[in-house]
Amino acid sequence: MTTDKDNTLISLRHVGRTYADTTGRETMALQDVNLTICKGEFISFVGPSGCGKTTLLRLIAGLDVPQSGTLLLEGSPIDGPSHERGYVFQQAALFPWKTVEENIALGLKARHIYREKQHLIAEYLHIIGLEGFKGAYPHEISGGMAQRVAIARALINEPKVLLMDEPLGALDAFTRLELQEALRRVWEKTGTTIVLVTHDVDEAIYLSNRIAIFTARPGRISVVFDVDLPSPPDRDHPDFIAFRRRILQSLH
Amino acid sequence: MAVAGHNILYWKPRSKGWFFASVASLIIAWAETTFVPNVQVVNTIPYRLLLLGGIVTLVILWIVSGKLSQLRDKLYHQSQFLFAVGLFLTGWDLLSTKSGILRIPFFPGPAQIIAVMAREYTVLLISTAYSMRLFFVGLVTGTALGLTTGILIGWYRQWNYWLFPLVKLTGVIPAVAWMPIAIVIFPNSFTTGVFLITIASWFSVAFMVAAGISSTPKTYYEVAKTLGANETYLLVHVAIPNAVPSIFTGVSTATGLSFLTLVISEMVGAKAGLGWYINWAKGWSAYDKVYASIIIMAIAFSLILALLSAVRNHVLRWQRGIVKTS
Repeated sequence: MTTDKDNTLISLRHVGRTYADTTGRETMALQDVNLTICKGEFISFVGPSGCGKTTLLRLIAGLDVPQSGTLLLEGSPIDGPSHERGYVFQQAALFPWKTVEENIALGLKARHIYREKQHLIAEYLHIIGLEGFKGAYPHEISGGMAQRVAIARALINEPKVLLMDEPLGALDAFTRLELQEALRRVWEKTGTTIVLVTHDVDEAIYLSNRIAIFTARPGRISVVFDVDLPSPPDRDHPDFIAFRRRILQSLH
Repeated sequence: MAVAGHNILYWKPRSKGWFFASVASLIIAWAETTFVPNVQVVNTIPYRLLLLGGIVTLVILWIVSGKLSQLRDKLYHQSQFLFAVGLFLTGWDLLSTKSGILRIPFFPGPAQIIAVMAREYTVLLISTAYSMRLFFVGLVTGTALGLTTGILIGWYRQWNYWLFPLVKLTGVIPAVAWMPIAIVIFPNSFTTGVFLITIASWFSVAFMVAAGISSTPKTYYEVAKTLGANETYLLVHVAIPNAVPSIFTGVSTATGLSFLTLVISEMVGAKAGLGWYINWAKGWSAYDKVYASIIIMAIAFSLILALLSAVRNHVLRWQRGIVKTS
């Protein structure tokens, strides 16, 4: 199992997860999922709703436990949540009683390394372009800004992987484009491995190196595409459009 | 002349007219009590001085607020009310001190109440101090206990299982119902009062703290966990801050209940405090003193509530749409 190449970050082997509903009937959310995620890559999970892509992301985060299979991070099993695996939720879920700056500093405070790493706050405020809002409370900023803060909050821990569950899903189209741009810059700047769950195929193509396509009931990965387009991709280029068509076809 | 108020808080007409009317009505009240002969035997000097003080204060505020538009707006906003106060005082004085239509001792005039306040101010001051001491010792103890039990109930399953039914059951009992028992157990009226106020505030605080903690969104915990937080961090920096708004609701309720319990417990059995003073004055049919004591209570309790609200507004400044009162 550890014979994987040097740059393997996460390996998923035969991962399965079932849920029992209130009547006791079992639904298979994930079945026999196998995937290797490499260091520094940007991979997207794409699929219809209810296909288990969020479930898999939560399993990698350690927020949920699988019934079968193994999840390894650099060869050691994933056991519970950790700052090594940053998570960005669909709703920014900033703590409303903390300012933007305090929200970003949360990980440093929780890990008692605030003194040593304090300088990172300004750095990440700069990366997300919100230096002017560090003293603002979450209710005073827009949804797009809040999601930027949530991303910075996860990144300040310098996680081995950043897991994102439809982080741009709740935003309007214009803000979403803007944030895709920002996300791309963040990834290029920090080189963090990113796993993105999305149902927006364009977003997946625009941002990722690889795209894992999920099918529903039982949830499993049907195919993984390598995105072989110039960076940053041009959304109107025939290659982009052709690639999008291939992915959409694979979803049916 | 009256321009529609553009200030949301102070929406009454921003007109000089009403301000001068309010000053005029206080002057009328003063002139009336000074120049109309008394029927009842009352020392009207303290009352007249108070009215003059009010008039001077208004004029000073008006001059000072020339450059402070918010204060000026507030002053104008209150003008109609002050105008009515002046008329009310005039009417009341005419009906009591000046004509005797309102009978003493039950319905004294404003001048008589103010006179008794001026005469008895040491006793009233000491009584107020006693009441405040009892109130704060009781409320602080009750709030501290309420916070502790609320956190235990809200955070730990075992504590919830054993303690919550007890809190639910005893929490509905009005604190004063324990008085006969408290009098037997505690050595003096002060500790008895502290006990009753503690009981009164304890449960409403505990209940709201527990509710606030258990209403914390699951996502907040997950966020903190993926950022490297341990259990202690989740409690201290996620659950408790999330409960702060409902803690304030609990403390407000506790404050109200404590006022009630304070006065009742002082009226029964105590030998000091405003409640005792009311009861004692009633025994002598000195109703002017009863009213004096009631007015002091109104002022003291309002100040406490204003203080609480100021603290709340400061602590909860992160909340959306908090409207500043006062």
